[in-house]
Amino acid sequence: MGNGTELGRVRGLGSAREGAHHWWHQRLTAGSNLVLMVWFFVSLARLPGLEYGLVHDWMASAWVAIPMALLVASVFYHARLGLQVLIEDYLHDEKQFVFLVLLNAFVVLGAGIAIFSILKIAFGASA
Amino acid sequence: MAEFTLPKNSVVKKGKAHPAPEGASRVKKFKIYRYDPDSGENPRYDTYAIDLDDCGPMVLDALIKIKSEQDSTLTFRRSCREGICGSCAMNLDGKNGLACTTAMEDIKGEIRITPLPHMDVIKDLVPDFTHFYAQYASIQPWLKTVTPPPAGKERLQSPEQRDQLDGLYECILCACCSTSCPSYWWNSDRFLGPAILLQAYRWLADSRDEMTGERLDELEDPFRLYRCHTIMNCANVCPKGLNPAKAIAETKKMIVERAI
Repeated sequence: MGNGTELGRVRGLGSAREGAHHWWHQRLTAGSNLVLMVWFFVSLARLPGLEYGLVHDWMASAWVAIPMALLVASVFYHARLGLQVLIEDYLHDEKQFVFLVLLNAFVVLGAGIAIFSILKIAFGASA
Repeated sequence: MAEFTLPKNSVVKKGKAHPAPEGASRVKKFKIYRYDPDSGENPRYDTYAIDLDDCGPMVLDALIKIKSEQDSTLTFRRSCREGICGSCAMNLDGKNGLACTTAMEDIKGEIRITPLPHMDVIKDLVPDFTHFYAQYASIQPWLKTVTPPPAGKERLQSPEQRDQLDGLYECILCACCSTSCPSYWWNSDRFLGPAILLQAYRWLADSRDEMTGERLDELEDPFRLYRCHTIMNCANVCPKGLNPAKAIAETKKMIVERAI
């Protein structure tokens, strides 16, 4: 490993030859976040009320549960990609590794719980 | 962890004051970063007052006047005094630029001058460019081809193909852009920075170069290229009016085009 010269240090371990998909997925999910968020807020605003039973029954419809699950997936994936970059920017050494693992755990758990909740409403008895 | 405070031995102290000559009517004050590694002391801000009626209009004119009349120990790089060599790049009242093409009248009040941000300082306003130049060398900034050159002739380009290099070839490698980039501050060990990425794109955009794929392979890296978050400080400070962020965006588009 040529770290005895300045050029050797710059060349380092070489190019990772990845990053294109991360960058592209961040932009794709930014677009899907926008579309799904607009759908979410417009749909909420068009509901006749926000009582528990009403929103519960609304969520149980496939036309709502599916985009809702997609919204959760898109938002959590986008947040994971963005926060990964933030952690890589500011944290180095082993701290970076610890925070990246915590981030992945948070995203998987958070999205898992949210999607499970949606499915429970969608496939459960009406309120 | 990115460091947001200066270590104890880098805290800038108050330095000496050099008053304006007697009878000066239009006085301009300068607060200039001084650091001498041989002294073992902390860096300091020295203040200098000069008479604008007896000085050229640019910041570099004032620096040369200070060095020749008030304090010969003031150290800075300069050469062409017309914005083509890039030697006198420094931080002028909080914004990177060339001292030779920045007019004093465009900066209100006292002018604070420091070296380019987040670079190792050799002395006073002279930063260490070793790493920056090694990064430039790492992108192999020369024409690379498979096709042998036509016998006895140059490699031809149409005027349209030549136009593709406008906005790229003018870079003077002064490092104003790279040292204004927060991503470069925190990760310059692995991120190439706007100046070098603009030069990398200069060869990607050249119709005569045949190593585009290999060049993109070398650039496609979470740190080398993708640390650019389009902050745009680079385009904001470039003394030649270039836009490294656009060149970086074009590079990312080329990589996506071949990957998706």
